[in-house]
Amino acid sequence: MNRWLDGLKQLRDYPSALAGLAIITFLVALSVYTVIAIPYGTAIERWRGGEHWQRNPVNAGPVWANRLLGGDLPATQTVDSQGAERTVEPFPGGRRISMPLSLDFQAGDFPSELSVFLQADFEERQPFVRLTWQRPDGERIPLGSYKIGAEERIALSQDRALQRRLGAPAHVGLFAEDPTAAEPTVQTGTHQLIVDAIVFEEDADVSADLVAYGQVHGLAGTDHQRRSLMLALLWGTPIALAFGLIATVGTTITTLIIAAAGVWFGGWVDAIIQRLTEINMILPLLPVLVMVGTLYSTNIWLILAVVVALGIFSAGIKTYRAMLLPIREAPYIEAARAYGAGNGRIVFRYMIPRILPVLLPTFVTLIPTYVFLEASLAVLGLGDPSLPTWGKLLNAAQEQSALYHGFLYWVLEPAALLMLTGLGFAMLGFALDRVFNPRLRSV
Amino acid sequence: MTATNTLARNLGRLSLFLGKRVLALLVTITIGVYLTIWIANMGGKVDEIRELQIRTSVAQEVRNNPANNDLPPNERNQLIQERVQNEIQRLGLDEPFIYRSGDYLARAMSLRLGRAQNMSSDAGSRQVYAIIGERLPATLLLFGTANLIVFFLAVGAALRLSRRYGSRLDRTVIGLAPSSAAPGWFYGIFLILIFAFIWPMLPAGGMVRVPPPDNDWAYALSVAKHMVLPVAAMVVSQIFIAIYSWRTFFLIHSSEDYVEMARAKGLPERLIERRYILRPTLLPIVTNFLLMLIGLWSGAIILEQVFNWPGLGTLLFQAIGQRDTPVIIGGVVIFAYLLAVTVFLLDILYAILDPRVRGGPK
Repeated sequence: MNRWLDGLKQLRDYPSALAGLAIITFLVALSVYTVIAIPYGTAIERWRGGEHWQRNPVNAGPVWANRLLGGDLPATQTVDSQGAERTVEPFPGGRRISMPLSLDFQAGDFPSELSVFLQADFEERQPFVRLTWQRPDGERIPLGSYKIGAEERIALSQDRALQRRLGAPAHVGLFAEDPTAAEPTVQTGTHQLIVDAIVFEEDADVSADLVAYGQVHGLAGTDHQRRSLMLALLWGTPIALAFGLIATVGTTITTLIIAAAGVWFGGWVDAIIQRLTEINMILPLLPVLVMVGTLYSTNIWLILAVVVALGIFSAGIKTYRAMLLPIREAPYIEAARAYGAGNGRIVFRYMIPRILPVLLPTFVTLIPTYVFLEASLAVLGLGDPSLPTWGKLLNAAQEQSALYHGFLYWVLEPAALLMLTGLGFAMLGFALDRVFNPRLRSV
Repeated sequence: MTATNTLARNLGRLSLFLGKRVLALLVTITIGVYLTIWIANMGGKVDEIRELQIRTSVAQEVRNNPANNDLPPNERNQLIQERVQNEIQRLGLDEPFIYRSGDYLARAMSLRLGRAQNMSSDAGSRQVYAIIGERLPATLLLFGTANLIVFFLAVGAALRLSRRYGSRLDRTVIGLAPSSAAPGWFYGIFLILIFAFIWPMLPAGGMVRVPPPDNDWAYALSVAKHMVLPVAAMVVSQIFIAIYSWRTFFLIHSSEDYVEMARAKGLPERLIERRYILRPTLLPIVTNFLLMLIGLWSGAIILEQVFNWPGLGTLLFQAIGQRDTPVIIGGVVIFAYLLAVTVFLLDILYAILDPRVRGGPK
């Protein structure tokens, strides 16, 4: 035990080990936060897409990246009717509710889309809504009239008639100084959407949200289905760590026990283990995984099981065997036999603990290998169908030709997290290697 | 007299040892290939899919034939049924999978790879040999180049660094070793991003310009240009860890007593390096080199996919996607045989060069 503590204390002398530990701590904290903040079921439900994301823009980059590069692209702005001044005029048979939604728009470019979300609370007769746009210079543009249901989304940018009238799609036409110019410029200032609703019932009410979709959005940006990349970046962390850790533990520990048993019992046990290892070496791991993924299922736990199963009789057995062979002949083992220790006791209490310190570095450096293996499968399109992972973001980016369209954030964000994971574990592992590997310490 | 006796005894022991190894290797390959056959056929399920395909295509054919228009429906159905039966019998699909898997195994082991189910080579051949033969050079060219560069660069650099152990350069290279945690395709994405999109100076993927140039020189130049990024990706991802491990290896061996002895004698550094460090470590170096050459295609699937390189990895990926079992099994069998031959050659080499092994395993 002392040997372990001593070794860990020595780690303090290696700045790279401390940096690695810091990165790993960060990733673990991020995973814990993610799992608590967004429960598994919710994450999968949301990642399926749809309703939840309809107020996000399509393919918008992260806000901070744009600001860092000195850009002033608009971020998503939402104005709701709660804070608006409502004027209510009753008339026989109903009421007229008028609410101006003020949008203070200061960005250097146009929004990517413009939508109004209307919610109506009524019993039978649908309310009637008229929308008018008022620009900072006072010009008023009627947008149209609608009979609305309980939940309504009015996509102004997709309104062809309005586009013909303005000479450009609504998100450009309403915000431009001169919409028909070759390169229209933005009219900054306070734009207003005036919502005039007519309700026909005593308790009926209408509320409205104006969403000016940004060209940049949030901390991580969004994908082609309006989903926030943040969800996949966050949830990718616990999945990657769990996959890497389980695969590493599953393969190294079983491999070690089998190697130790083979060395201790020798004879036909050893021979069978050796042959199984050789057979396993012939099966190429990645192609077999691709086959399993294509032919059976891409469920991440099945893939994990196959990785562990194929990893049990891995080439590592040969290395461990070479390390264990001299230990078998060590005097302390003979002493153990002399006092009557059983086979199990010798293998588990005397042989395996002896080489554990040497294996710890390998163990740590193996984790990112499996993290990247999972990402590789996802990039090949064999990621788990329902889970949001880093590899699946890369795959989606590749399928949507993100690089070609210039959506660099889509590739760089998951890649940065993958790299961080790889570096964190590798830096710690290499430092551990220098501390615990006696052959390296002597040189 | 005694010398020849010893030689004869040694040769006898060697051939016995090698004979045993060949047998063991053959058994190993057979089991490995058999497992692959089971996985690639989904334990027989692929054949059910094939049967369904045959049924649909035969039915289509019979219906589209105008000569069959006048047949009453049940006669027509009978005709379809008959043809389907013929086709199934012709392909041997009526036997249970367990028998057929034995047949597949025998054919695979004797390297009769047969015809692909629905893939064909670019030249139009359905022979598995032709399909694999067309893709193999592309993979060999790409991965061979990258691995040779990594190997020689790493061994050379490691020798130098182990001489200047602890210098700033040494520490820098060691500090960079963790970068190898990421595989080649990962760096490939960055290289494509930088050199194909931000500063478009190199092609993002493929093997040769479209349309391919007529002139041989232009063709070679175009291929070389397309190789730069994938080769760079592989070199970047492997070089530092390779230098690190070779350097450790040389450091351990250069602190052996006989090397210290040679230093004490005052032999020149170059001579020590060649005769006292490299000579005894030659075996592990050669082993590593050969295994690396064999292992080169195992990571090919994803790198070739990222760079759109028309090699074995892409072929295997397509074959798996199209459930073309003969091509999948062909690829695995060839890989298994190459691995076995390499291991066998290494056994001979060890037996000849290493006196400890020459006596045969205890």
